[in-house]
Amino acid sequence: MKFDAQWIAFITILRKEVRRFTRIWVQTLLPPAITMALYFVIFGTLIGSRIGTMGGFSYMEFVVPGLIMMSVLTNSYSNVVSSFYGAKFQGSVDEVLVSPTPNYIILLGYVLGGVTRGLIVGTIVTLLSLFFTDLQVHNVAITVAIVVLTAMVFALAGFINAVYANSFDDISIVPTFILTPLTYLGGVFYSISLLPEFWQGVSQLNPVLYMVNVFRYGMLGVSDVDVGFAFAGVIVCIVALFSYSLYLLESGKRLRN
Amino acid sequence: MAHALLINNLHKVYGNGFEALKGISLQVEAGDFFALLGPNGAGKSTAIGVICSLVKKTSGQVKIFGIDIDKDFSAAKCELGIVPQEFNFNQFEKVRDILLVQAGYYGLPRSLAEERADKYLKQLGLWDKRDTPARMLSGGMKRRLMIARALVHEPRLLILDEPTAGVDIELRRSMWSFLRDINAAGTTIILTTHYLEEAESLCRNIAIIDSGKIVKNTSVDSLLKTLNLETFVLDLREPLEVSPTIENFSLRLIDSQHLEVDVTKGQLLSDVFSRLLQEGVEVLSMRNKTNRLEELFVSLTGSGAGENDEI
Repeated sequence: MKFDAQWIAFITILRKEVRRFTRIWVQTLLPPAITMALYFVIFGTLIGSRIGTMGGFSYMEFVVPGLIMMSVLTNSYSNVVSSFYGAKFQGSVDEVLVSPTPNYIILLGYVLGGVTRGLIVGTIVTLLSLFFTDLQVHNVAITVAIVVLTAMVFALAGFINAVYANSFDDISIVPTFILTPLTYLGGVFYSISLLPEFWQGVSQLNPVLYMVNVFRYGMLGVSDVDVGFAFAGVIVCIVALFSYSLYLLESGKRLRN
Repeated sequence: MAHALLINNLHKVYGNGFEALKGISLQVEAGDFFALLGPNGAGKSTAIGVICSLVKKTSGQVKIFGIDIDKDFSAAKCELGIVPQEFNFNQFEKVRDILLVQAGYYGLPRSLAEERADKYLKQLGLWDKRDTPARMLSGGMKRRLMIARALVHEPRLLILDEPTAGVDIELRRSMWSFLRDINAAGTTIILTTHYLEEAESLCRNIAIIDSGKIVKNTSVDSLLKTLNLETFVLDLREPLEVSPTIENFSLRLIDSQHLEVDVTKGQLLSDVFSRLLQEGVEVLSMRNKTNRLEELFVSLTGSGAGENDEI
């Protein structure tokens, strides 16, 4: 398949993915906006005002970057896992599998679809946060780069989950039992410097901690982790997950007999 | 000219050890209308799955218009359109969008994709439903949608896996007419079906697969010529109480109005009529007791199917 044909195939998948989540915006774009608005009201305004400062910032300023990142990564993940598993469940995934579209284009199309939803939700949550606090951006490049890369990591993870899933229950197990605990314990709501030394060490095994902290560094200029190390880790994650996803497509595991 | 499809010694053993294909070989000429018949579980769908990449073969060679799928599957897939047995489109997508997405997977530019989608939606009577979500279509419309989807990139080889299953007679006839037209226009068609009348009516050549082996591969005409015996049911003008007797023919009275007669190869049906007339028995109409191909199919795929027939 020539490059221009591959490009058309890629745009087709991406357009299909965007059309899917915008068609069902009440299920995909509205809920995170409502949830995050509630977080802002409860954790930022009501409880946050009693907490005082964290890392030298008001609690609302501190928590906003974490909540934006939380919405980005959960939506990137859930978009790909539900879309690709839905295609598998209905059999419509065969449409693309029998076509000449190369596997890496299929993967890129679905992943960029997830990233797009993550970024749109992130933008909505960011705009909502402006009703509660004045946002500042310490470093635009770092802020944008980490949010895009994080969305890619979770979109890829969602793809792998979808390939292995045998039922709709299987696509909710990982978000419920792995993603949510990692996110809540990943420095969204607190600085790990508040934790005892042992738990600080344990927290450093959590990849979400690095993503949230780099994003917070991009916005506020403070971080619990080394920014360069975090970027390197995220890129390694993307390479590893992309390679494994491609392997799943090439081998046909759970997709082809 | 290369064969539209060439299968050479194709084997498929599934993970559980089940050997679905036991070294089948098949050639389909370009422009042919070819039937692949076989009972459930014979290996038809596995063979189609291998051809379209949904099933990984264990060994053997498959070429589509001379392109080896092991060497350039992407190019081979461009020549191939598949209409699967089960509805496998996104039920929530609109009909036209399904075709546009499929065209995109084959790298067709948007303007060409729209032109092709509109063309096939009109040809298959789906134009009025173009903006309807696929789940709202009737069963027959869904079948036609799958044909339109398989044709949107205009493949030279179209494989249809039981395309008229569950379709009413009127629609089945209109689909036959459509398939004849696209075959006449140059598209090679391979059809699997359980309606043997369909294969007899549409196809020039036929392969019968049973237990993972090809047990017959010949033209429909040649196959029918091998029939040794046909049974006809005669509708009588006047009721009879006892079956008449005609030398060299076996006759049975089903009821007072219907007589059954066996005609073996070489015997003349006109002899039956003239001798019945001599006995004072007039025949109003006549029909085949069973579909001729069906009888052959049962004999070839039954326990008596011989290994020696394999090609």
